[in-house]
Amino acid sequence: MRHIISVLVENEAGVLSRVSGLFSARGFNIESLTVAPVGDGETSRITLVSIGEDHIIEQIIKQLNKLIPVLHVADFTDGPHVERELMLVKVAAEQAQRAEILRIADIFRSRVVDATPSSFTIEVTGDVGKLDACLALLMPLGVTEMVRTGQVALGRGDRSMAKG
Amino acid sequence: MELTGAKIVIQTLLDLGVSTVFGYPGGAVLFIYDEIYKEKKLTHILTRHEQGALHAADGYARVSGEVGVAIVTSGPGATNAVTGLATAYMDSIPMVCITGQVPVPLIGNDAFQEADIVGITRSCTKHNYLVRDVKDLARVLREAFHIAKTGRPGPVLVDIPKDVTTQITEYVNRSEEVKIRSYRPNLKGHAGQIKRAVTLLKNAQRPMIYTGGGVVLSNASDELFHFTEQMNAPITNTLMGLGAFPASDGRFVGMLGMHGTYEANMAVSHCDLLIAIGARFDDRVTGKLSEFAPHAKILHIDVDPTSISKNVHVDIPIVGDVKLVLEQINKQIESKSFQKSKPDMTPWWQLVEEWRSKDSLAYTQGESAIEAQYVIQKLCELTKGNAIVATDVGQHQMWAAQFYDFDRPRRWVTSGGLGTMGFGLPAAMGAQIAKPDDTVVVISGDGSIQMNIQELATCLQYKLPVITIILNNGFLGMVRQWQEFFYERRYAETDMSHQPDFVKLAEAYGALGLRAKKPNEVEPAIKEALASGRTAIIDIHIRPEGNVYPMVPAGAALNDMILL
Repeated sequence: MRHIISVLVENEAGVLSRVSGLFSARGFNIESLTVAPVGDGETSRITLVSIGEDHIIEQIIKQLNKLIPVLHVADFTDGPHVERELMLVKVAAEQAQRAEILRIADIFRSRVVDATPSSFTIEVTGDVGKLDACLALLMPLGVTEMVRTGQVALGRGDRSMAKG
Repeated sequence: MELTGAKIVIQTLLDLGVSTVFGYPGGAVLFIYDEIYKEKKLTHILTRHEQGALHAADGYARVSGEVGVAIVTSGPGATNAVTGLATAYMDSIPMVCITGQVPVPLIGNDAFQEADIVGITRSCTKHNYLVRDVKDLARVLREAFHIAKTGRPGPVLVDIPKDVTTQITEYVNRSEEVKIRSYRPNLKGHAGQIKRAVTLLKNAQRPMIYTGGGVVLSNASDELFHFTEQMNAPITNTLMGLGAFPASDGRFVGMLGMHGTYEANMAVSHCDLLIAIGARFDDRVTGKLSEFAPHAKILHIDVDPTSISKNVHVDIPIVGDVKLVLEQINKQIESKSFQKSKPDMTPWWQLVEEWRSKDSLAYTQGESAIEAQYVIQKLCELTKGNAIVATDVGQHQMWAAQFYDFDRPRRWVTSGGLGTMGFGLPAAMGAQIAKPDDTVVVISGDGSIQMNIQELATCLQYKLPVITIILNNGFLGMVRQWQEFFYERRYAETDMSHQPDFVKLAEAYGALGLRAKKPNEVEPAIKEALASGRTAIIDIHIRPEGNVYPMVPAGAALNDMILL
């Protein structure tokens, strides 16, 4: 099963390598991983997506907690949460297809962030399903390049991760 | 006061109570060594290889219970330390290793003797640090000690660039104050879980206690003894757990696992409650996982949450320090109501005694060839079971585990998790330095001893009367045994019969060299070495194709044993 795991860590040199090294050393799988400093800049928040059976995910969470610079670990999969990913797609846009591309962009409430006479670059935000659906429509029109950020997530409600 | 980084290293060590360090100097640590030269309160033991320094610090930690400290230089000094760190990491030994590093401006430039040792050791240390600013140095060292010895212990590496050791900053002794907001190990057992555990304990008809190195690390032998007494259950130890429970007590059924006793493995296979304490269900212990303790509920006490349900599903986990949790449990099972409602253990003990009567460790010592088991039994007898015994890895290690009866913890020094050949002699040096008045014996093989034999010079330099018994069969015996059993006796590259004359080699180092080739020469040789008070090597020629029995083949179930 797919799990979105948030890891709050001390924002210090080498911490990302400790986390990613743990996954490679123990043979855990990472689908995506994003990281950036948050709050006062003393901490960073890593969001990673992993696919595995429950006991593997349990081991991943325990192993993450065991790393010294890790402050908190949360698995959002079981509880209500909001997840988002951002994707930039460059689509070849010759005259005949320009209107169609803009229509698709509109359907997915995405934005054109760059345009040339022969291409559009579109920014799409949403959960994985939405991004995949949008991409499925754009693909046949000629996607020349794309990038995805990997997912980020927050739990719904008043509770925050740091306060447990 | 204002001190240089190098002086801060030494002062912090002293303020943390460190009296002995093991190490090997080099370019990047010259300033630190200059301070060692000036500081008379700190004893430095110069080994002959960095790996030896790490294993010596490890042996020191295992017998003393204190944090072992090693200092090595950058680059090759640091990479030579890696095996020592990995050994300590797998066995959860508290250690701090200080490595020199090239000056900060040169880091990443492929400078002379540069190695990214923080990157290299990330997965074989509990934690590691690169100190880029002298202002962080004292704090980092204090944190390193704190992390090394608390929770599940382990080695911590502190990498110090050369220029940091020359920079000056204010130093204040703050040895007690360590606060790491992201590191707070859970020590006390959860009350609800204890209650559930006690219910299981009360109802078990065939309880079996299985304990590991965690009991030794947490100094919980007394609590374990009391617990076992109250439960009146059979108890087995892992390789790492030997000595935590007295081998001479009738409830002890020997080691379990691949070379465990018949009674220990059968009892685990038939118990209805397995009480795992400070053990981690290693593959050498469990054999085939799906058939491990198939009839048992499993109760697991361990300070490390990742050890719980890692290999075997645990019914009642209790995360906490073994000593504290056992205290909590003992309080509840001492009560009369508990003792009254507990099932009668007689039928269970009858079964266990039946298995024990099989005498799975039996061997015959004939007239001509020396049996390894006989040597260990003689050693145990002549040292009255009181020696500190260090080993290397292989057949001799298993024979030592099976035949030397430890009644006390911290007398058995062996590389259990990593299985590091070459560990024994340097670890024994560390042990002898920690316990100068005790008899320290290395049990080794003709293969293993050659991996760190250079440390004999260290033993001589510091007048350490370590006795090394080489169980010499001219083979890499354990690998040969596997080749005999599972590879149709194709002895690929395990013939080690081209070897030095170990007696002359010992003498060349200035040590006492003795040899035994016949059974009746074993006892006099051991006696002579014990009486000499010198560093000694006893080269004992044992039967070349002797095997370790019983044996559970890798991947087989525990009750599927090869018996002699």
